[in-house]
Parts: sequence; structure tokens; C-alpha cells
Amino acid sequence: MNGRSIVALRQVTKTYHMGESELHALRDIDLEINEGEYVAIMGPSGCGKSTLLNVLGCLDRPTRGAYLLGGRDVSTLSDDDLSDIRGSQLGFIFQSYNLIQQLNVLENIQVPLYYQGRGTAESRSVAHALAERVGLGQRIHHKPMELSGGQQQRVGIARALVNDPLLLLADEPTGNLDSASGVEILGLFDELRANGKTIIMVTHDPDIGHRADRIVRLRDGHIEEDVRNGRA
Amino acid sequence: MAGPRLQKLKSLFTLGKTRRAVALGFKTLWLHRMRSFLTMLGIVFGVCSVVAMLAVGEGAGFEAQEQIRRLGSQNIILRSIKPTDTERISTEQSRISEYGLRYDDVKRIQDTIPSVKVLAPGRIIRNHVWNATRRVDAEIIGVVPWYPEVRKLRVTEGRFFTPVEYEGYVNLCVIGMTVADHLFPFSSPLGRNVRIGTDYYKVVGVVEPEASSGGTNGSSGEGQAAGNSMANDYAPRVYIPLTAARNRFGETLIRQRQGSFEAERVELHEAIVQVDRLEDVEETALVIDSILSSQRRSKDYEMVVPLELLRQAERTKQIFNTVLGAIAAISLLVGGIGIMNIMLASVTERTREIGIRRALGAKKRDIIVQFLIETVILSGTGGLIGVIIGVVIPIAISHFAEMKTIVTPWAPMLAFSISGFVGIVFGIYPALRAANMDPVEALRHE
Repeated sequence: MNGRSIVALRQVTKTYHMGESELHALRDIDLEINEGEYVAIMGPSGCGKSTLLNVLGCLDRPTRGAYLLGGRDVSTLSDDDLSDIRGSQLGFIFQSYNLIQQLNVLENIQVPLYYQGRGTAESRSVAHALAERVGLGQRIHHKPMELSGGQQQRVGIARALVNDPLLLLADEPTGNLDSASGVEILGLFDELRANGKTIIMVTHDPDIGHRADRIVRLRDGHIEEDVRNGRA
Repeated sequence: MAGPRLQKLKSLFTLGKTRRAVALGFKTLWLHRMRSFLTMLGIVFGVCSVVAMLAVGEGAGFEAQEQIRRLGSQNIILRSIKPTDTERISTEQSRISEYGLRYDDVKRIQDTIPSVKVLAPGRIIRNHVWNATRRVDAEIIGVVPWYPEVRKLRVTEGRFFTPVEYEGYVNLCVIGMTVADHLFPFSSPLGRNVRIGTDYYKVVGVVEPEASSGGTNGSSGEGQAAGNSMANDYAPRVYIPLTAARNRFGETLIRQRQGSFEAERVELHEAIVQVDRLEDVEETALVIDSILSSQRRSKDYEMVVPLELLRQAERTKQIFNTVLGAIAAISLLVGGIGIMNIMLASVTERTREIGIRRALGAKKRDIIVQFLIETVILSGTGGLIGVIIGVVIPIAISHFAEMKTIVTPWAPMLAFSISGFVGIVFGIYPALRAANMDPVEALRHE
């Protein structure tokens, strides 16, 4: 795939100050991800995966370097602007689903649209369609507590898609699921990829990594390896 | 092309957003309804006690002021009192004590003080009033024809006597409602005769009960029973022309007391001075006092200035309101702290939710609004419940305890808006704490 550039990291460094000592979570990362790519980020724990995902997800700003998201430099934006970008351009899928307990399925899916100030009628129909798409059309009024893990993660995916994001960020999306549900969720990711979504997924499971187009391996805060899988 | 329309759409969306934020607030609070309810209680009690106490205070104050006002704020009331017994020289069993206001005093006041508009002297004699075999122990008050006007007495039936009848020493009387009810339970008293002592008086009118003149009764013991015209609101009273009273009863009253006879010589029991202008009342009172005291060795009169009483009542009420305000402020403060406490706990508990919302595009402002709405809902609902209870309690008090209560419209409004204000003030800190969380940290929170 060689569509337009979705993610471009230039010399991105993230340093945490822990009292006297400095912790270099990311060191001079250069990464280019194009539209439609399905990238797995792998590596041992403590290698900087989460930090990289936080930077990519605009939850955290790099200490140094530039981050271009869809061609726009977002590394120096204000907190409010970053919130806007998260709400309009990014879709998050979490390991522990992170649904809001007091809201039902339909409302959970609509949360990103709500913060975009998009009308209820419109967002309801979009959310309903997405619930259907992930196979939860019959459960739109259920609360998260009433759903299985696999179903909750489907809601999570629907929520990540509701704003039609530029980039989907998934953090161990099958980490809390049994293998059968995990396979179903991964099947959904394959489907999304086939529809041309750009996906970045953090995982430590090599099997899952191999379903992606490309594997980026991190170690001690820098990219150790960046390989393309033979498929696709 | 889309300028104003876009603006309109935008405002519609934000309106929808606020509405949904409020709905979400209710939903979240409902999820922990027990906790929300208990949190609200502080505000409920605060607001309800403020509204109820204000209503009771207002009612009591109103009654006191109304009573004083009915005495006439332009009036100065002079009353004869028996001087304290220090000057009693004789130890005889029977003697005549002479004291009180005299006709010369009245004349002097009338002639020397220009600000005095009207003067209504009066005599009060305790006696039985008869209609055939029916009897009432009443105060016979000898008054002048303009007495009702000065005293703001309303004639409900018939009329008061005229100056001509007054000058003619005619045996007429106007009776109070209590007397009318007792003596003429089945028919109108007008045109009928009542007997007082040995004389008959024709009833020409009925008046409504007169206001008592404040808490000075019995100031010098039982000796002034006759002068005690303010025993209570519904004391039986009969009004006769002062001229007739003077004629029929004379100036010496004899009373039997503990085996000894006591005679009193009192020309006038009371005199009501009406002052032309309200501003002159207090000064006139001072002048009257100096005129009267220069004429006598001992103080055998007392002076009641309703205007002063009114001012005093107003001051008392002000103090009362200040104390109440302080109590209210403290109770609302305590309620507010309770709310803040719970909201802080809630923020900590919902750290993860905050992280999720931030990740999904919520700005700091959105988080602040969400938590502020929750506190305002808590305090506002608490305030509303408090207002409702606070309005019901005075009604119940009025109903069961027969105490006057007044719920002024501003009291519930004030209490309610204060509770809303408390919600905002005590909600800001927890909301800011929620909004300033690092989204990454918040998401990691278990």
C-alpha cells in the first residue's frame, strides 16, 4: 500500500523525569505509516510501546521531535486542540474495553460524537448502524455489565469507528478475551483493514502480529526492527 | 451564505449538548441514588430550616408590628399609673390616693405643643354591664367622639356618638363585639339598653376589638386594675361619652381590697395624643414628658410611643434575621462541604471514566461541566426539596399551632439560589481536579 501518509514521526523522543534521573521512554523514533496500513507494534514490556501509543494517540506530547498526523503537525498543539483531534481523527480500542458503565451500548458508541457536538439524531443512526455492523444490533440498550467481554470489545470497536477516524489505535485488544472471542475480534480487525482503515495495534502475541501487514519491534525506546509481512 | 444558519445550528448543538450533559448527570447520580440522597440531605435541611424559620419569624414579627401599628404610629399614649408605694405616709385602713393625669395636663399639652393634632382623653372604670339578667364584667371607657379615629377603631354596626351627644352628657354607649356577643347573643344590640351601675345606656354602635398597647400591663401591681386597658385583645369594652362617665361615676372610685377599702381619685386614665407628622412623634413625646414631669412630684403616668415600639420591633427582627442568616450560611456551608467531599470521592472513583472521556475527545471544559452539573443537580434538587418542605412546615405550624407564619416569596427564592450557588462554589474544586488529571495516568488508573 502506498497511499498518503497518515503518521509521520520525526526524531520523536519522550523523556520522563523521575526525580534526579531521566527515563528515556522513546529515543529518536522515525516512523512512517501510510493510509490503509495495518501495523503491529511489538516488543517486551517496558520497551516504550505504551508511550509510543500515547504519543500517537495524542494523549501525550513528545519531548522532542515532530508528529505529523494526516500531514498536520500535532506535537505542539494545545490541550483543547489535542482533545479535538482525539475526538475527530482517532479511534481508541483498549485492552479492558473502557466502556462507561452508566451508559448503554448505543450511548457508549456515541460518546466521541457527543464531544464533537454532533446532533443526536444523526449520531444515533450512525451508532445504531455500527452496533449492527459489529453484531450487537439486538443489544443496543444493554449496559456494559450485561455483556460478555467479547461483546464489550465489539462495542469498543464500534465506538472507535463512530467518528470515521483517520487512524485506529488498539492496545492489546484481545488481551482480556478468551481465544474464541479473541479470534472473532481479530476477524473484525481484518475486516476493517480490508475496508481500508489504517490500524496501529500494540500486542505482544506474535500470532496476532503476523495478521498485520507490518511489524514494528521496539526495544529500549527505539525501533529495533520494522518488517513487512508477506501477505496482502 | 451559511453564516447565521451555521451559528444557529451551532447553538442548537451546544444546547443539545448541555441537555445531554444534564441527563447524564441525573443518570450518574441515579446510579448511586443512596449516596446522592444522603449528600443532598445537608442542603435539604439547610434550605428547609432557612425557609421555615424565616416564615415563623416573619409571622411573629408581623403580628407584633401589626398590633403596634394598630395603636397608631402617630400616637403617643399616656396612661395613669399608681405611683410606687414609697410615698405612702398613712397606715390607715381606708384612705384616698390621688394620682394620674388630669384635665389640666391635657389642656396644657394641647395648648403648648403645636405639633399635637388631636388629643383623646379617656377614663376607664371597671364595672358590670347588664342586659336584663345577662351580665358582663367590662371596662367602661369614657371617651371623646373622635376616639375611634385616633385609635383606628372600626365601627362595625351602628355608629359612634356625635359631638352633640357628647356635649349633652347623653347616656349612650358603643359596645365591643365581645360584650355584644355576651349580652345580645340572639339579636342586634342596636337601640337596646344596657345597665351599668344604676344607669341605663342606649347602644348606638358596635366596634371591633381594639388592639392592646403592648407589654406594660401590671407594671405597678393590682392597684391599677382599672387602668389596665390592654389586658388582651378581646377584653369586653363599653365606650360611653367621657362627659357622661364623669357625671355618673365621679372621680373617686372605691374598691374593696383584702378587707380594706381603697379609694382612688383619678381624673383621667389615659390620653392619646395624635401628632401631626410622623417625624415629630419622638420629639413631641419628649416635650410631653418634660411638661408632665415638671408638674408632679412622683411619676404617676406612663408613656407608650408605638412608633418607638415599632422601631424596636423592627430592630429585633433585624437582629433575628441576621442570626438566622448566620445559621443558614453555616448550615449551607456544612451542606456544601458534604457535597464537595462526596464529589472528591466521586472524582477519584471515576478517574478511569475521566481518562476514557478525555481519550474520546472530551476537553477539560467538558469534564468540568460534567462534574459541575452533577454538584448543581445535587444542591439544586436538595434546595428544591428543602424549599418544598420549608414551605409546608410553616403551613403545618399555622394549621396546628395557630401561630401566624408568613412565607415571603423572596425567602424560598433566596434559599434556592444560595443552594445553587453553593453547588457551583463547592463543585468547582472537585471538577477542576477531575479536569486537570493527566489522561494517560487516568486511563491507567484501576
